[in-house]
Formats: sequence, C-alpha cells, structure tokens
Amino acid sequence: MEAFTQHIGTAAPLRRSNVDTDQIIPAVYLKRVTRTGFEDGLFAAWRNDPTFVLNQPEYDGVSVLVAGPDFGTGSSREHAVWALLDYGFRVVVSARFGDIFRGNSGKSGLLAALVTEDVVERLWTTIEADPGTKVTVDLENKTISAGELVAPFEIDDYTRYRLLNGLDDVGITLSREADIVAYEATRPSFKPATLPAKA
Amino acid sequence: MGRTLSEKVWDAHVVRHADGEPDLLYIDLHLVHEVTSPQAFDGLRLAGRGVRRPDLTIATEDHNVPTFDVDKPIADPVSRTQVETLRKNAEEFGVRIHTLGDPDQGVVHVIGPQLGLTQPGMTVVCGDSHTSTHGAFGAIAFGIGTSEVEHVLATQTLMQARPKTMAVTVDGVLPDGVSAKDLVLALIAKVGTGGGQGYIVEYRGEAIRALTMEARMTICNMSIEWGAKAGMIAPDETTFAYLQDKPHAPQGADWEAAVEYWKSLATDEDARFDREVVLRAEEIAPFVTWGTNPGQGVPLSATVPAPSDFGTENDRIAAERALEYMGLTAGTPMREIKVDTVFLGSCTNGRIEDLRAAAGVLAGRKVAEGTRMLVVPGSGRVRLQAEAEGLDVIFKDAGAEWRGAGCSMCLGMNPDQLAPGERSASTSNRNFEGRQGKGGRTHLVSPLVAAATAVLGTLAAPADLAPVEVAVPENV
Repeated sequence: MEAFTQHIGTAAPLRRSNVDTDQIIPAVYLKRVTRTGFEDGLFAAWRNDPTFVLNQPEYDGVSVLVAGPDFGTGSSREHAVWALLDYGFRVVVSARFGDIFRGNSGKSGLLAALVTEDVVERLWTTIEADPGTKVTVDLENKTISAGELVAPFEIDDYTRYRLLNGLDDVGITLSREADIVAYEATRPSFKPATLPAKA
Repeated sequence: MGRTLSEKVWDAHVVRHADGEPDLLYIDLHLVHEVTSPQAFDGLRLAGRGVRRPDLTIATEDHNVPTFDVDKPIADPVSRTQVETLRKNAEEFGVRIHTLGDPDQGVVHVIGPQLGLTQPGMTVVCGDSHTSTHGAFGAIAFGIGTSEVEHVLATQTLMQARPKTMAVTVDGVLPDGVSAKDLVLALIAKVGTGGGQGYIVEYRGEAIRALTMEARMTICNMSIEWGAKAGMIAPDETTFAYLQDKPHAPQGADWEAAVEYWKSLATDEDARFDREVVLRAEEIAPFVTWGTNPGQGVPLSATVPAPSDFGTENDRIAAERALEYMGLTAGTPMREIKVDTVFLGSCTNGRIEDLRAAAGVLAGRKVAEGTRMLVVPGSGRVRLQAEAEGLDVIFKDAGAEWRGAGCSMCLGMNPDQLAPGERSASTSNRNFEGRQGKGGRTHLVSPLVAAATAVLGTLAAPADLAPVEVAVPENV
C-alpha cells in the first residue's frame, strides 16, 4: 500500500445522508475478479442524473468527497472503496461512517476523515462558493483545511500509523506467527473443524 | 467486576494485546463466498502465501447463483466466471466448498448453522455484513472486507479494536402474529441506522429468551442495519437443543465439555454495559418500511409519514428523497400500498421456520392476480426439508414460484431482480435504492406479512385475510 501523509486536491460536496455501499456501487458491478476497474459502477444510479454533483463540470478531477452522515453503511463490499479510489478519490470526509467501510478504507489507502457535522456544513459552503478551492488533508497533524477553514479530523491511531507508513497488515501479523501458534495450542478440542466434512 | 457475554468471548480469542493497538483476535470459523473472495485469494497467490487453516474455512456460492435451471451452466458469463473462480480457488487452496446442487449449498449464513459449524463462544467472520446472523448462538460474528478476508485466510486472525458493549432488553411477551422481524424493524426505527455504531449488542430479556434459534438469527442478522459491529444472544437450552443433532456438533465427552463452557458465557449479574436500550414486547406490532433505509419503518396500521414529521434537517431531506424514490404520498395508509412482487427468502428470513410461517398463511389461498411471489429457500437443505413437509405444494398451489437456494432477489446479483418502478414486499434486510434491481422499490416485511400481502396484493397482515374454507394440512 502507498504511504499517505498529506493530500491536496479539489473536493465535491455530496449533500446526502445514509449513502450506503449499494449506492456507492450496486451489486451488479461487483462481478469482477480483479481489484481494479470499478470506477464505472461508482454511484451508478446517480451518474445518469445530469444534476448529480459528479456530473457538474466544475467538479471534474476532484479527489476529496465531502458527504453527509452515515456514509458507507450496509454491505461489506470493499469494492465501494476500490470504486472511489478508481474514480480518483483519496479522501472521504463525513460526520459518521459505516464501521466496515471505514475499516476497508484504511486497508486500501483511502482516508476516511471523521469530522463534526458543523465542519461538513462549512466545507460544503466553502466548496460550493468556489469549486476550485484546494482542500488540504494533513494526516500527520489530523487537520483538514479549505480557504479560511482549518478543522481537526479524527482517525484511529493505528490506522493513521499504518497509512503514514504504507504498511501491509498481513506482513505485520505474520511476523507474530509465534503468538498465533501459542494460541492455537490452547484451543479446546470441542471447537468445530470444517474438515473432514460431516453430513 | 463481572463481564458481559461479548467480553468473555472476546477475551477468549485475544492472541496478542498491546496498548494503543487493536487486539489480534483468533478466528474460529471463516465463511467464504464468490463475491468478496477472488481478490483475496489473488493476494495470497501474489505473495506466495497459503491458507493457514483450511480446516476452519468453508466456501459456498450464493450471491450470483440463479434459482432456476440450476443444473445448467450459469447464463451470465461474468457471474459464471466469479463462481468458477471460487471453485478453482477452493481446489487450489484446499478449502471445502458446497456448489450448486449440493444440499449444503446456499446462503452462507444459513449453511454455517445448519451444519452445526456455528457454535456458542466462537468468533465467526465472512466477507459479508450479515455475518452478524451467527451471533444468535452466542458467537462474536461480523462482516469484513476483502483485505480482511485475505488477512484471515493467511493468518486465521484479525486485528480489531475492542468495541463498546450495549444491551437491548426486550421485556414481556410478543403479541400473537408479531415476529422477530417486526421486533427488529421496530428497534431500528427507534434507534436509527447509526444507533449501534461502535457497539457489540447483546439482545436479552424475556421476549428474546422465548425466541427460537431461527427467530434469534433474524434479529442478529439485522444488527448491521443499525450499524452495530455485531449482535449476540446468550446460549441457552434452546441453543443446545438446536445444535445437538447437527453434523458438526461436538460428540460424547466433547459435547459435555462444550455445554459446560457455553453455559459459563452468559453475562455476569454485576457486569455493566456501556449503553442500554429497553423495549416492551407488548407494544410491538407488525412493522413495515416505507423508505429507503431500514430505519424508515412504521407499524403496518400507520400511514406514510411526511418529511415534516422528522426532527432534524437531515432526516427531513432523507424522507423527502425516500418518498420521491418510493413513489409514495405522505398520509397514505400503509395497507393501501399495492405490491407487484413478494420475495420470501434471504439470510434474514430464508430458513425452514420462515417458510412454514408463510405456508401456514398461504395454505388454501391464492396469490393475488397481478402479484408474483418468489419463494427462495436459504439452502438446498431447507428446500429439501420444505419439500418433505409438503410446503412446496402449498406455495405452488397458491401460485407462488418455488425456486432453488441462494441470495436471489435480496440483492439482485442473479436474474431475480425488480424492474424500474416495480414494488416489492421483501423478507430481506435492505430497502436501499436499487438494491433489488435498478429503480426497484422495496418494503421490508416479515414472512407472515409477506404471505398475507401476496394474497391481497396490498401490504397486509394475516389478520386482514378472510378465513380459509378448506382444511389446512396437519404438518403446517
């Protein structure tokens, strides 16, 4: 995973709450067996709507998405994160995220920045007044700035550490193999196994 | 101080704890399906890694599979590729798989319990948010993304921050004709879709204790719909009785040891929860959704709400948008909403008891003209069991379609989809925009409401139906 320290880019205001992962990418777009190529499915139902924010020319090339509360609820599909990344987003800002979505973001290098509803509102106002506003997201200092606004965002320390260093979770855990082996020796014999199969 | 059920199970699975870091948790059972696993297996291959514990891993195909002509190759080439990729990966990595036509093929959350692989005190994960279903057995069970699927395949562990604890206590006795689905829809309407965020929830109280395992699974299944990390119910005699004759249940001395351990898992009297919610079972009535998230629900006897009924600007905007998408007018009685398609199935309500409940309503009745009803058993085994009980005959006599097992119209990844503007009453878990097909409109309902709705063609409860004149077969 690529390390993430600071990101500067333009932003799109998504004035909707409860944007679940079925809205981010509908199930029919989940059939690929690769990790890339999901940009076509991003917000598929809304992309046909000429008034949808990402269809406005002033929001071409955005890399920061500022969304209403409860963004990324619902299905566990990591394809939602991949679709946002494939489209060009590096940061999503919201006042509340679905847990699984937030976890998935951290694994794939998309920064899910948690802010207060008031900050979301001020970001929306700033961006809508001038869609060319550069938004700076500083992971080192956990701040987001746009125009006059400088606001803190929350992210858990461990995800921040991994993003800053571009670390791969599986590699970290495999370095703790001895702990896993020791734990396995303590598992009770009544725990079920899938093999051999019984019917 | 005492510990809660979830704290006991969590503590028993910590492989490594370090301050300021998530715990490294051991995973007892990893369920795998075709949609969220191909990129994970690919990751293993690229890194030259194997599956650490194939004996704690099981795969099935459910999301993409058709529910008719299941003996023929899958028609959609992209779906076929995904299913074939899972079969190849299972073979290459030595993972047990149940494919189309096998009685243990079906919705991944139906087959874990039916095989007896889901047991109390376990940690269960799957690349699917409705993994919370397995919490009904007193397991910590939650959905994960594909990166985490790869992590579990490679290490049999996951890094997880310890969630907070919440108790949802349901006192009293549910009224007749009110089911677990009504209870959980009413709960979500009360607490909101984000109300459980950051918590493992324990459902408890008299009304929960009285539920069957199938009903408990329905409740825990919907935990994710109000944002909870997981939902759990303490194991008791109902749990043990359900497990006893399942293929992978412990045997002999292991059974005795297991039951003794499972009994020790109940929340201690002096344990404290970070948050508590209390509901009265008597106040709950048949419940249906009107909007586009599972929290937008009302009793069946109510009317479609108006945006101005809501307290916050966000809720008002969401309600306005939902009414427009759903094609509904505020003030319309829910019972007057006409439904095109009734879907009975899914990991929420696709188990044998759900099919029995719906068949009990449909026996001697007909699906209304202009309404279609799809009945999709949760697994091949549920289908066989239903056929052994004659339920398939009741459904077919009523004019419903009797299908093969899979996720089907719950998410419309296979050919079972709503057309734009088509309206469904669905026993599934999500009424999101486009969930059941682009432009489709979903009302979430219980199996009893689904069956009554099929008969009248408008949202209804069994009590709304005229009595049947023919005798109901004894086994229903």
